[in-house]
Amino acid sequence: MADFPVDPAVSQGRVPERSPELVPELHEVECPAELREQIETLMGRYPDRHSVSIPALWAVQRLYGWCTPEGIRQAAAVMRVTPAYLESVASFYDLLHTEPVGSHKIAVCTNISCWMRGGDELLDAFRAAAEGQDDVLVSGFECLGACDIAPMASIGERYFGPLEPGEAQTAIDQLLAGDDVLPGKALEKRPLAGDAPSVGGGGDG
Amino acid sequence: MAETRVLLKHAEDPALRTIEGYKGYDGYATLERAYREMEADEILKELEDSGLRGRGGAGFSMGKKASFLPRGEMAKYLCCNADESEPGAFKDRELMQRNPHQLIEGIAIAAIAADAGHAFIFIRGEYDAQADILDAAVAEAYEAGYLGTDICGSRRDLELVVHRGAGAYICGEETALLDALEGKRGNPRLKPPFPAVQGLYGGPTLINNVETLSNVPRIVAHGADWFRGYGTEQSPGTKVVSVSGGVRRPGNYEVELGIPTRELICDLAGGPLEGREIKAFYPGGSSAPVLTAEEGLDLPYSFEAMAEAGSMLGSGSIIVADDCVSIPHMALRTARFYHHESCGKCTPCREGTNWTVKMLERVVRGEATPMDLDIISSVQDNIMGHCLCVLGDSMAMPVSAMVKKFRAEFEAVMDEASERFAAVQAPAETLGAAT
Repeated sequence: MADFPVDPAVSQGRVPERSPELVPELHEVECPAELREQIETLMGRYPDRHSVSIPALWAVQRLYGWCTPEGIRQAAAVMRVTPAYLESVASFYDLLHTEPVGSHKIAVCTNISCWMRGGDELLDAFRAAAEGQDDVLVSGFECLGACDIAPMASIGERYFGPLEPGEAQTAIDQLLAGDDVLPGKALEKRPLAGDAPSVGGGGDG
Repeated sequence: MAETRVLLKHAEDPALRTIEGYKGYDGYATLERAYREMEADEILKELEDSGLRGRGGAGFSMGKKASFLPRGEMAKYLCCNADESEPGAFKDRELMQRNPHQLIEGIAIAAIAADAGHAFIFIRGEYDAQADILDAAVAEAYEAGYLGTDICGSRRDLELVVHRGAGAYICGEETALLDALEGKRGNPRLKPPFPAVQGLYGGPTLINNVETLSNVPRIVAHGADWFRGYGTEQSPGTKVVSVSGGVRRPGNYEVELGIPTRELICDLAGGPLEGREIKAFYPGGSSAPVLTAEEGLDLPYSFEAMAEAGSMLGSGSIIVADDCVSIPHMALRTARFYHHESCGKCTPCREGTNWTVKMLERVVRGEATPMDLDIISSVQDNIMGHCLCVLGDSMAMPVSAMVKKFRAEFEAVMDEASERFAAVQAPAETLGAAT
């Protein structure tokens, strides 16, 4: 085997250690008790255990930072499905990562409304500010459903906006220091648009 | 012009998120009455008579949809579609964040009409904060006996699960949502059978949007006639409209359906930014064909008026493009989104979105000819109606409308870009000729 040339196109990343078509046994996978308990509780909530595939992968990602091959095998053993099945689900969804990523995730919206208000420039600013920080994953993202605070970003799964490019560095520093990120720009603190004091980009106040 | 807040009534009060706060405004009183005194048919009739149209995009009568579910003893399901991912739409986020119990009460009452014993809220994974709020609210509702077994002594049971998605626009399509909820990749299914007949786990399933279900408690409390007192004949009720893009006060505004679109954009949302003018807008999310300012601003904001104008009200989300926005670039931004989100199951959508993006990139780079615009239009025609779901159509409709209505602007962008291209090439050619 070792003599064959390696084709990175087919071997990059994830080479399963065992046949993925087999349902792994629990004693083979060393599943942490808390993960097993979480998935089993979830399975009790649905009429069909297959329904927990996304929640189970979320649990794996919370535990390991991404959907690791070992984590997927552990979840598969608890759910009694093949790792290949869970892998097919994990690779379909944007928020489930099948390769290592930073533990701090920043998604900058670059869709229509944010683009009109400077979303591309904001993404550039976040990318520049995160340069060299392996623990921070910055990605341009499709509409996050917060066009009212365009241009916006989801930082650690919470929404912030409207943001200036200059705030990217501050946000990343606060995130890494474990401080409250841009408290004045948090979506949850905003009033209803109709109740807000008059604002706007025009400058007439 | 002020808002008409029905769904967003008291939404400014942060206490509304808690069950005590919600009950302080008569919350759950309708649920108690419905479970103690009402039959499924009574609720169904009220919903049908109200004329409530689905707020997720298609605008189909909610009561009619619920009446399609077969009768009889079998496992039936109710799914709340909270996978709000349409660019421009953010109203469900507001409703869940500010008034989660209104939605839960709506689901519980609709579950009587659908005779469903198991309900799910499928919320997009990005809405983590809102999902946490819903989780807390569902736990409170179980605690208070509004969910679970023998609700209000009615011998009816209802289990409600908040199910988080993981980032896929396609899961907002109802059959893809069902596949995702069954733990698969979110691919749409062939219809028929429609979910009302064969949906989740093969059982009859009612699928409704967050805003649609949030309307249910008040319709059942005050009656169909009260509801019809708002809005127009064909578009009864109020609508939470998301306005964004080139306006001064982007946000969610709840209005009666049928008010002039100009009032929504220019009064409530503050109108265009300083020194700018409105050029065009998407009246119902990014999948609605754009209307020019002249075409659209004076139309009533209702399902029928938007359909008549060749567009749609969709999810009720307005994205305003002002005169600084380049329409060809906006078309490219729109097409890229659908290309990224296409699940790849049907060829016209998978290939059509891909080629549209490539051609629009050529347009803005100046490598296209006017013939390419015709090819773009013909690609759109060949996507529409040829796929299992409407994701491809959702790109085809706005893109073909933009090419048709702003053809001159596309041609101008192409000319300008090819001049730039020629200017770069010219010295090289001169050099070539000299040697």
